[in-house]
Amino acid sequence: MNIDILLNIFVATIAAGTPLVYAALGELITEKSGVLNLGVEGMMLVGAISGFIAMAKTGSLVFAVLCGMAAGILMSLIFAFLVLTLMANQVASGLALTIFGIGISAFIGIDYTSVALKGIPPLNIPFLSDIPFIGRIFFSYDILIYLSLVLLTGIIFFLYKSRAGLILRAIGENPKSGHALGFSVIGIRYLAVIFGGAMAGIGGVYLAVLYTPMWVEGMVAGRGWISIALVVFATWRPLRVIAGAYLFGGVTIIQFHIQGFGIEISSQFLCMLPYLATIIVLVIISRNKNTIRLNSPASLGTTYHPATN
Amino acid sequence: MLFKIEPRPDPSKKMKYLSPLIAVVMMLITGLIIFLILGKNPVSAFHAFFIEPVNDFYGLGELIIKASPLMLIGVGLTVGFRANIWNIGAEGQLAMGAVFAGGIAIYFSNSTSVFIIPFMFIAGAFGGMLWACIPAFLKTEFNANEILVSLMLNYVGILILSLLTHGYWKDPNGYGFPQSILFSESALLPILIEGTRLHAGIIISFLAIFIGWIFLLKSFIGFQLQVSGLAYNAASYAGFKYKKMVWFGLLAGGLAAGLAGVSEISGPIGQLLPSVSPGYGFAAIIVAFVGRLHPGGIFLSSLLVALLYLGGESVQMNLDLPSAVTGIFQGMLLFYLLAADFLINFRFKVKSKL
Repeated sequence: MNIDILLNIFVATIAAGTPLVYAALGELITEKSGVLNLGVEGMMLVGAISGFIAMAKTGSLVFAVLCGMAAGILMSLIFAFLVLTLMANQVASGLALTIFGIGISAFIGIDYTSVALKGIPPLNIPFLSDIPFIGRIFFSYDILIYLSLVLLTGIIFFLYKSRAGLILRAIGENPKSGHALGFSVIGIRYLAVIFGGAMAGIGGVYLAVLYTPMWVEGMVAGRGWISIALVVFATWRPLRVIAGAYLFGGVTIIQFHIQGFGIEISSQFLCMLPYLATIIVLVIISRNKNTIRLNSPASLGTTYHPATN
Repeated sequence: MLFKIEPRPDPSKKMKYLSPLIAVVMMLITGLIIFLILGKNPVSAFHAFFIEPVNDFYGLGELIIKASPLMLIGVGLTVGFRANIWNIGAEGQLAMGAVFAGGIAIYFSNSTSVFIIPFMFIAGAFGGMLWACIPAFLKTEFNANEILVSLMLNYVGILILSLLTHGYWKDPNGYGFPQSILFSESALLPILIEGTRLHAGIIISFLAIFIGWIFLLKSFIGFQLQVSGLAYNAASYAGFKYKKMVWFGLLAGGLAAGLAGVSEISGPIGQLLPSVSPGYGFAAIIVAFVGRLHPGGIFLSSLLVALLYLGGESVQMNLDLPSAVTGIFQGMLLFYLLAADFLINFRFKVKSKL
């Protein structure tokens, strides 16, 4: 097999995994605070269409990313208000957010289904990008891919090296103690949910503006749910989240190449691969109940309000 | 602040029933604002959305046709939801029900036997339950989250249906369109009332409401499900088997969704298409919640959500608005319900001046 094909697959894998990196890292922070937001799919969709429209109107990637983030944050605020202020059930509220997001993104995007965006060329770093092989593997990506790695580093530092990260994790483990120590559990959880919304928004923008680049109704196609599964798969650890995201990127990319290798298989079978892979990894990681119990934030999915405790 | 919020000593029974009504009113008000923002006359928009689709006999029939799968699946999902077992996979289970029943209709397309329809329903029930077995098995044996597994299987189920209608089961005389042959007379449900499209499938949905009522509210397993959902520790202390409830909860949803799939293809659709449901599996989740996880409530809320479907189609035709409005209304309805439920446990009190 040609080394160039392998390199292409590798580079495409990183790009395919990047929307998942953003969305799953956001969900990781949300879940670390003890809140389970199942609305990632909806937030990504609304982020995607907002970023897409911004890009189509202005041509500015920065503006598109900001719009996607803002849209993701707005969506996450609806969820946060329901589950944190009104103490609604987190599972039902997350589902509502996804259903709402599917509907509203389809509605907003109706005039943009046939709009084509100019793709954004990858960064061309002088000298580095021109090095054979190395240049292709390390220096041939677009800006948001590098940004996602910066984000990963930041999140690892935040969670494990900073006081704020310690507080976030403490609240996720035991909100009652956090409250007793004088931290605003609800306030911190709001921030964590908003962060998750912003990241899901960027993930959506990446998908619609850089990866495809076009708008199709429901184009997130389960990536939001796969991101949630990735957090479980990663046992709530950032480095494993990103590894898992690229693994899924690879599964997605294999679809496009497998027919090129001369294997006769229908496209629908190949489209099933990421979903089946998600189920398989979930089973492998959940099989041991202790793995989940020891690693998941202890208060995950439960309602806490100082007034009722 | 003139008001303060205080917890109620006991959850309010009255609010439990009022909160869906509050949610509907809030949804209507927000809908009004949305139509105003879109520059449509709100009166004519509301007329087009909520009145126009059901102002004649045929329209009412359409309403019941749309409500039928919603109430059927809604009741099925409720069995699980009551025990906090979240089957989000009804859309895929419906597709698999359609696949299994459609296979029968296609392979026996020359038969005129009266047993084709019952055979299709049995096959469809099997297909839906088979698809629900997977999350149930993976949950009970491997502790895998049923929300994520059942959701992933939606995509897989729909892709299987797509694969078949694009390939093996494509109508050879269909000019290359991805669709099966039109079902023969013996594989189609009879029309109940002349002048409408009301098919016999709605009988199953009405029966489901009735059976669900007895099962959920009068049977011991229904009680176990409820206790398990309200107080998991109490349920396990009482010796209720959680695994059994996971199986029950998921299979009931799969059965209902599978049957709904059969009714759709042998009723209004009459053949297999790559897509046999406009999101009934997801909308049924809203139906179940707005109906307060109670069969009587589900009956009413299925009519409401069905009207949202018809309204979306109607404003598309009459006002040139995208039918995706339906999804916005559905999402809002559930948001407002979840928000209004706050009033079950809390109340506003006028602050007295000291």
